[in-house]
Amino acid sequence: MNFKKQLKEGLLTQNPVLVQLLGMCSTMAITTSLSNGLGMGVSVLIILTLSNIIISALRKIIPDKIRIAAYVVVIAGFVTMVDLLLQAYLEDIAESLGVFIPLIVVNCIILARAESFASKNGVLASAVDGITQGIGYTLVLVVMSVIREFLGSGTFGSGVLNGGAGIRLFPEEYGALMLILPVGGFLTLGCLIALMQWAMGKRKGGK
Amino acid sequence: MDLTNLLAISLGAILVNNFILVQFLGICPFMGVSKKMDTAVGMGFAVIFVMGIASAFCYVVNLLLVYLDLEFMQTVAFILVIAALVQFVEMFLQKTLPSLYEALGVYLPLITTNCAVLGVALLNVQEGYNFIESVVYGVTGGIGFLVAIVLFASIRERLEFSHPPKCFEGFPIALITAGLMALAFSGFSGLEVWPIQ
Repeated sequence: MNFKKQLKEGLLTQNPVLVQLLGMCSTMAITTSLSNGLGMGVSVLIILTLSNIIISALRKIIPDKIRIAAYVVVIAGFVTMVDLLLQAYLEDIAESLGVFIPLIVVNCIILARAESFASKNGVLASAVDGITQGIGYTLVLVVMSVIREFLGSGTFGSGVLNGGAGIRLFPEEYGALMLILPVGGFLTLGCLIALMQWAMGKRKGGK
Repeated sequence: MDLTNLLAISLGAILVNNFILVQFLGICPFMGVSKKMDTAVGMGFAVIFVMGIASAFCYVVNLLLVYLDLEFMQTVAFILVIAALVQFVEMFLQKTLPSLYEALGVYLPLITTNCAVLGVALLNVQEGYNFIESVVYGVTGGIGFLVAIVLFASIRERLEFSHPPKCFEGFPIALITAGLMALAFSGFSGLEVWPIQ
């Protein structure tokens, strides 16, 4: 059991968004404030871990031919649970994430981890994989939300800190509204992936 | 049937609220299969087809769920309907139109995990569209997907010959290009259909 290696893979070398390029839709769509990013990240973390555990436990029972359909049903079940829980206890986040919570079902990260990891490894290893990959995903979402929120509306941590209002770092009228619009999602993610490629290239060159 | 309303829905789905560039639904296939023009066109048409049919079927399924008081099963029911539908369309095309089946190839099964398809089914329910509106929204949403992916594929073919900074090569520069397209599409945001007197 090497938790450290898996954590490093989830966070950096095999980061689901920046390196494996999975789950783009939600990454770009909802990262407009810290609360959205955290809410989405943690939801995916929970669903990914639970579905990894179940799929790994059932991996010898599920027939090979209908495995994708079986995975989708397991994932959809957990997504529905999380969706209902969010609507019951965290109404604000459920409202601002909107249709993207049910859409976690078709988030490629979860299906990809089920297919490439949970269906081949034991329950414990799959649970750890779910947690580390989930943390990697949450980290990217948080970084993107912080960048977009800071440059776009001049606040930090709206919806989480300071009673929901966030800490204002500069007046709102100086913010680049563009970064909150869809354009900002594409640009920020593009730059982050470029940064990742630069860092990986440098590391390889240094060796 | 109120034609103006349908026109407004279509205009919204194709330009103002384009599924890819404004609503961020269906980014994975948009990025994945836009390297070549012909595959992009094939994918676009397959998506129009599946989104139209999925809207119709999910509308009926939703009526059934409401009737049975099982609305919380929406996500599970819709994804199963879509998966079954895609499988069925695949078998149907294989028997009746083998040439189209060959052309679509691997993209057909991939549509199941296209979030635009599940998204359109969920949005139809959220907006409270009736049957005809749902189908129109599905088909025109697919047309919006086709427009975006064809435009993007034609830019990307040129991008192959350009020389961006090394760390931007490949995916990042494609994302930034898509961002500029999204900026262009946000120019449509003021468009509206006024009812003809």
